[in-house]
Amino acid sequence: MHELSIAQSLIDAVLDKTAGRAVMGVNLRIGPLSGVLPDALRFCFDVASAGTTLAGARLLIDEPQARGHCRECGTDFAMTDMFLLCPCGSADVAVVSGRELNLVSVEVA
Amino acid sequence: MCATCGCGDEAAPRVYSLEVPGLDVPGQEVPGPQAHEHSHEPGHSHTHDGHTHSHPHDHAHPHADGHSHTQANTPELIPLEQNLLAKNDLLAERNRGWLAGRKVRALNMMSSPGSGKTTLLVRTLTELGDRLQAGVIEGDQETSLDAERIRKAGRPVVQINTGAGCHLDADMLRRGLDALDPAMGSTVFIENVGNLVCPALFDLGEAAKVVVVSVTEGDDKPQKYPHMFMAADLVIINKSDLLPYVEFDVDECVRRIRRLNAHAQFLVLSATTGDGVTAWYDWLDGHPSRTETRAGSLAGPLEESLTDAH
Ligand SMILES: Nc1nc2c(ncn2[C@@H]2O[C@H](COP(=O)(O)OP(=O)(O)OP(=O)(O)O)[C@@H](O)[C@H]2O)c(=O)[nH]1
Ligand SMILES: [Zn+2]
Ligand SMILES: [Zn+2]
Ligand SMILES: [Zn+2]
Ligand SMILES: [Zn+2]
Ligand SMILES: [Zn+2]
Ligand SMILES: [Zn+2]
Repeated sequence: MHELSIAQSLIDAVLDKTAGRAVMGVNLRIGPLSGVLPDALRFCFDVASAGTTLAGARLLIDEPQARGHCRECGTDFAMTDMFLLCPCGSADVAVVSGRELNLVSVEVA
Repeated sequence: MCATCGCGDEAAPRVYSLEVPGLDVPGQEVPGPQAHEHSHEPGHSHTHDGHTHSHPHDHAHPHADGHSHTQANTPELIPLEQNLLAKNDLLAERNRGWLAGRKVRALNMMSSPGSGKTTLLVRTLTELGDRLQAGVIEGDQETSLDAERIRKAGRPVVQINTGAGCHLDADMLRRGLDALDPAMGSTVFIENVGNLVCPALFDLGEAAKVVVVSVTEGDDKPQKYPHMFMAADLVIINKSDLLPYVEFDVDECVRRIRRLNAHAQFLVLSATTGDGVTAWYDWLDGHPSRTETRAGSLAGPLEESLTDAH
């Protein structure tokens, strides 16, 4: 359950930047290849934020699509899993997006 | 561990050295940071493991411009745009610098529980003897059983018990390194908590990630746990002595890893019979560490730690 550690890192990072102000919302960007499940993170966040200035804050998670770029045929395509395989059959693929695990912004009162 | 949510933060990781027979190093406890406070609202109750959650989630949206509030203070949006693992990654970079400064090579050994990490380490430390100056940092949720096995091989070892935690992070490694105090030019084996999921996400500042998969686990492991195999520098396929008895296609396993990871190296061996372990020793012997490559100026001395017979 690494989402709990990640929720804790998230809370620490926000506490660092908000100097005791009440946090109303936290905006995240989590790609499907990041290894973090948004629902698990939401749950852990609710648990780990209790008793802090983030308690009850809204967690808004933007989940961008994973995209790969084929170095063989030059196509950009949507990736459905982590296997690096272009529809053309080539495995020479660069991950363009999908691995994001970012704290984008926070909304404070 | 917290009985309500199963989270491990109440039990700060415990880090302790084990005495090596013949080496007069007193057992040492490194205190962890104070466990942070957290509480649960009344009525919060659920169990873990395998179930899906049905907690309602707040899917609210951020306020659009012009949205007015009745509170005295107008809400403010603070842009941050940083990686969620930024703190761990910063600590990992510090570990990397610390290790590079001492020309110490740290290898992060990861696998499912029971794939044979400790067995392989004990054999390696015993067979290489003084050819390899090495210490071990043992990560387990509980007990010092694995550390005891290493200690019997006569090597300095530090146990990190993560409690409910399922992986080592860069801060735990730093504390482990403080307790181990590895010699200049030596190798540190980090045996991560047996878990193919979480450890893959946490950079420790290691020179290389070694993933052990055993033939009793099935050759489809890479497909099921892609993050781990994507992160690997070396994949060891262990328990090769059992290949005649199990359905495990080595080539198929390698092919599956290749589709995730273009640069990983592979070794097939048996930690109990010793079959194939020379290739692992050769890898240890000749492997240019990532710390070395990044630091640029450190080429050479790390390899001497193994090849020099002192
Ligand atoms: N047949 C066979 N058994 C092995 C081999 N390597 C390890 N084992 C056995 O597998 C079991 C687990 O080995 P460990 O070395 O404790 O595995 P580990 O990866 O350190 O386990 P955790 O620390 O719990 O994750 C033990 O009973 C070992 O004797 C091998 O190459 N062949
Ligand atoms: Zn996890
Ligand atoms: Zn974990
Ligand atoms: Zn293509
Ligand atoms: Zn708890
Ligand atoms: Zn639950
Ligand atoms: Zn072990």
